[in-house]
Amino acid sequence: MFYRENGQFKTSYRTDLQVFPIRQDRIFIWALLAVAFVLVPFVASEYTLRALLIPFLIYALAAIGLNLLVGYCGQISLGTGAFMAVGAYAAYNLVVRFPAVNFLVVLVIAGLCAAAFGILFGIPSLRIKGLYLAVATLAAQFFVDWMFARVKWFTNYSSSGSVSTAPIELFGMVVDTPQEKYLFVLSVVVLMALAAKNLVRGHIGRSWMAMRDMDVAAEVIGIRPVYAKLTAFAVSSFVVGIAGALWGFVHLGSWEPAAFNLNLSLRLLFMIIIGGMGSIVGCFFGAAFMWFLPIMLNQLPTTLGIPISTALIAHLELMIVGALIVFFLIVEPHGLARLWSIGKEKLRLWPFPH
Amino acid sequence: MFSRKNLPVTALLVVLAVGLFLPLADRNNTLAFWLEVLIGGLMAGVLYGLVALGFVLIYKASGVFNFAQGAMVLFAALALARLGEHMPLWAAFVLAALIMLAFAWLVERLVLRRLVNQEGVTLLMATLGIAFFLDGFGQTVWGSDIYKIDLGIPKEPLLAFQGAFEGGILVNRDDIVAAVIAAALVLALAFFFQKTATGRALRAVADDHQAAQSIGIPLSRIWVIVWAVAGFVALVAGMVWGSKLGVQFSLQEIALRALPVVILGGFTSVPGAIVGGLIIGVGEKMSEVFLGPILVKVFDLAGGGIENWFAYVLALLFLLVRPEGLFGEKHIDRV
Repeated sequence: MFYRENGQFKTSYRTDLQVFPIRQDRIFIWALLAVAFVLVPFVASEYTLRALLIPFLIYALAAIGLNLLVGYCGQISLGTGAFMAVGAYAAYNLVVRFPAVNFLVVLVIAGLCAAAFGILFGIPSLRIKGLYLAVATLAAQFFVDWMFARVKWFTNYSSSGSVSTAPIELFGMVVDTPQEKYLFVLSVVVLMALAAKNLVRGHIGRSWMAMRDMDVAAEVIGIRPVYAKLTAFAVSSFVVGIAGALWGFVHLGSWEPAAFNLNLSLRLLFMIIIGGMGSIVGCFFGAAFMWFLPIMLNQLPTTLGIPISTALIAHLELMIVGALIVFFLIVEPHGLARLWSIGKEKLRLWPFPH
Repeated sequence: MFSRKNLPVTALLVVLAVGLFLPLADRNNTLAFWLEVLIGGLMAGVLYGLVALGFVLIYKASGVFNFAQGAMVLFAALALARLGEHMPLWAAFVLAALIMLAFAWLVERLVLRRLVNQEGVTLLMATLGIAFFLDGFGQTVWGSDIYKIDLGIPKEPLLAFQGAFEGGILVNRDDIVAAVIAAALVLALAFFFQKTATGRALRAVADDHQAAQSIGIPLSRIWVIVWAVAGFVALVAGMVWGSKLGVQFSLQEIALRALPVVILGGFTSVPGAIVGGLIIGVGEKMSEVFLGPILVKVFDLAGGGIENWFAYVLALLFLLVRPEGLFGEKHIDRV
């Protein structure tokens, strides 16, 4: 009844090109942002912020990065964890070696390092695709795992192989409490998500989608495959690298190379399958699903009073996730994001569908 | 194969061969030690080949790259180990094989049939989901501790060539058994594919789905058969690996090690799986034992472990120069 665009006329090119063309959507987004920025830090408990919301936001950012590559450009990657690791370790080394540099600059440089790395391992995509590319990105994953575990320079010669970071500083302000961390991560994620949303609407995003849908046809209409694919790898790795740096510095604080293993890569891939390939909002759904499901599963038995061992819960989680992946691929390949848009479509007609 | 067009491949193989014999140039490495490493590598290679066979079978017949092969190995080995606690090993083996058959039927019914004509990448992701499900399911049903499979082979190593070298060469008995089992399995598969009516049907499906269907070969039944055969291969691989290392979750990772093997040997070639397995097995062991210490010294690393990525980097190089692998069929999608 309320979700209708009747009477909203587009009278200028500017309004025609808006990210959210429907007024109700804009109101909803602004309200959501207001709640996220103003209300949540005051209301949410420290645990909610630290253990639920911050990791969820960072996962969502990494999923956006991966989605640019897999969902928009159609290049499968099983090495997302590796690109996150590159971002995290690049940021770590920058902070350790150049303590004076602003953390925002560090983030950008970390992203650029990850982007360079992404281009390097994206080069095989110019010759091969599909599952061959999956193997090539797996190679990146295993090589990076090994590199950060064995090459001492990257971990600044720490004896245990793990690294730990001090709280980050921004313009003389220490970002230390969960509220501050949350606001910082939220700002970065919102900015990056907005940038990604705009990127995929524009020239680059369209050339990616053309590559995804049919590479030969894309080339025929004048899209350079080399350029399209490598920019997809670069931009995707840039976003993923920033997510990795945030994951290391804001969420983990101290980590070892195993923090960015193949399991993380697969989890991120599952996030975008469940959330919706080729959809920015889907990344948030998928990240929320994959991050909150295990936590809910862990708390369900205690609230219901059924004794289940933690091992069984871990196995149940694997089973549920695995089954859902297959389910979504069969029933709804566009994931939760598609369900969301179907819901909106229904809402437009409600309550008089005829 | 050695024409001018294949120059990069030939060069790569020559480099590998030179690398194989290079350690002998070092006086500190005795021939006996080198042979020991070589044999260890070959044996590991046979086991990789066993896992790679499972990949190849399914890819050949259905064009699905089965990421769940590792989970199948783990699941089959768990079933065998836990059933073996209550009954003789042969009975457990038969029962586990039946379980894998049931699994194949379920996969065809619930997943493959509904994803017909989808892109390869979608199917790959579906098998990732199957892998996760099977991991959780297997450990829920069978438990998640470390279990033993006892094939009744004495554990102490065998001394060979005592006359030729001082002290002889140490060879593990279970490695020899594994090699024999692998050889038998490959022969049996070759016979099955070449001589039986079902095998011919399988090859026909592998060649061309539509043509096979049009002459009346039931695709769905073929897929069940091929997944069941892959399940059987997984069971054998799980049995051999499990008796060597114990049945535990890390058995999964062996399948990931076998992935480069398939790239190297070619996705569609059964002999390629074995040859690729041998190359990777020997390459890994050689690089770990002989190249590892040098790298550690030169780059000041915190320990070796280059076997974790050696195979993958090799596969990556192969992808760049010969994407279809050593023995694979040529028609892959180039971009």
